[in-house]
Amino acid sequence: MNKSVLSVLAAGALSLVLSGCGESSAPDADAVSVSGSTSVTELMEVLGEHWHKQSKVIVEVQGTGSSAGIHAANQGTSHIGMSSREVAGDELVSGVTTSVLAYDGIAVVVNSSNTIAGLSTAQVAAIYRGEASNWQDVGGEDLPIVLVTRDPASGTRVAFEDIMGLKAEDERGNIVSTIARTAQVAPGNGAVKMTVAQNSHAIGYISLGSVDGSLKSVSIDGIEASMDTIADKSYKIIRPFVLMHAGQEASKNSEAFLTWLLSDEAQNIVSAEGYIPAN
Amino acid sequence: MISPNSRRAVVDRAFHGLFLLCTLISTLTVGMIAIYIFAEGFPALKEVGLLDFVTGTEWVPPVYFGILPMIAGTAFASLGAVAIGVPMGLLTAIFLAEIAPRRLALFLRTAIELLAGIPSVIYGFFGLVVIVPAIEQIFNVPSGSTLLAGIVVLAIMILPTMVTLSETSLRAVPPGYREASLAMGATQVYTIFHVVLPGARSGIMTAVILSVARAVGETMAIIMVMGNAPALAESLLEPARTLTANIALEMAYASGLHSSALYATGVVLLVFIMVLNAAMLYVNRKRGG
Repeated sequence: MNKSVLSVLAAGALSLVLSGCGESSAPDADAVSVSGSTSVTELMEVLGEHWHKQSKVIVEVQGTGSSAGIHAANQGTSHIGMSSREVAGDELVSGVTTSVLAYDGIAVVVNSSNTIAGLSTAQVAAIYRGEASNWQDVGGEDLPIVLVTRDPASGTRVAFEDIMGLKAEDERGNIVSTIARTAQVAPGNGAVKMTVAQNSHAIGYISLGSVDGSLKSVSIDGIEASMDTIADKSYKIIRPFVLMHAGQEASKNSEAFLTWLLSDEAQNIVSAEGYIPAN
Repeated sequence: MISPNSRRAVVDRAFHGLFLLCTLISTLTVGMIAIYIFAEGFPALKEVGLLDFVTGTEWVPPVYFGILPMIAGTAFASLGAVAIGVPMGLLTAIFLAEIAPRRLALFLRTAIELLAGIPSVIYGFFGLVVIVPAIEQIFNVPSGSTLLAGIVVLAIMILPTMVTLSETSLRAVPPGYREASLAMGATQVYTIFHVVLPGARSGIMTAVILSVARAVGETMAIIMVMGNAPALAESLLEPARTLTANIALEMAYASGLHSSALYATGVVLLVFIMVLNAAMLYVNRKRGG
């Protein structure tokens, strides 16, 4: 008796496990799927919730990275792709349209104990190329510099390289990053922040929205990174949050969501979240 | 009415089927993982060339894909961890199995087994706030996120594997061996090193190999303490990146050839693990034969 009960239970449990594998999370036909840059995801989730309250349409947001966002828009696997860097025309297939959701500044950050208050673009570039390896070289104390960077496909890193001129043709004719190979690579904005906050020799770059009292942001070419200097475009290291709308997969809901994202109402939320509205 | 005998036969057969099904599922999973990783990694291996891929020193996606720095990172981090963790673990196992009083051994063993249950992200966090700053102070280097920090964290992480498995195999050595040795006037330490250890040799070898496998496969803790620079480290006090870290760091953002190159990194990792498993099979076969 006991044995047969046991076998029925075991078979039942197994069939549950097996049926579980087959059940994929089929996307809601009416939902709007958004994927891409992890930097944009935070803002997009807030916007998606606001839109859900009004329209009852569910917005599914996935932070997969800028390159994956571009890929998703091209393949039509998401309705909307997100990128935290400029997207070149040849990166997109025809039919995919782009619009800028917001602008974000990238702050160059150092440890709170660092005496440096400001750097020039050329100095930051020299530091990241590994040419300046002591804070003394750029007007600071006689201490070695510890470089902290991001992984190569991160939108923040690509934008930072583009703006600071940290890309060059190498001897084999390829355009490659000139950030020193020995720089520490931190997995994400938060990890850069943590490393720089802890190490008195470190320098890093993070989204301006993430800067807080644990570290200090330095001025670039004499201009402090702030909402105002980004809004009037005097601060140099800014990048757009680009939305890509997959043409062939467009639905009524995704079009309505996109239109709303660029409306004054949504753009006010963008600014309340600490980013610069697109217009 | 079904006779009790035929009912028993049906239950028996049902269980045989269940055992077979479970075995098939786990075996098929291994096969599917291998096939999937090979299939996804193949485009990169073809484009870059296997030799250039494993001997290239430049990792600059999406242009250059050379993983020699990461192979070296994994090899040095694992070997370093084994160099510290294996002797320490073995001596701990000897203490627990041969020297410590029963109650003390029970308490210590529980503590060490607890070590095995701590999630790796906690080891990483411990490394980040304790070991990394300690290395900065002791060696007077600007950043403690180095190969050495990875080695120390991994050495601690492989201790439970090493201690538990070695202790089990030390205890499996028949008491008669020890008694004979002691009866002939040998000291306890002499008995441990010349009688008990050789008797437990193959079990200890298995423990060492599983420890290496644990070190090779560790990801999260390593990412947090090793600095992850994709360059060949010239000393223990420079940052380095392992194969696992390479995949975990870049997977989320990668696309196209870059993504395939990460799968190809997985292929190399899989080969690493297969070699280790083959070594273990070899060691165990000698014990059986």
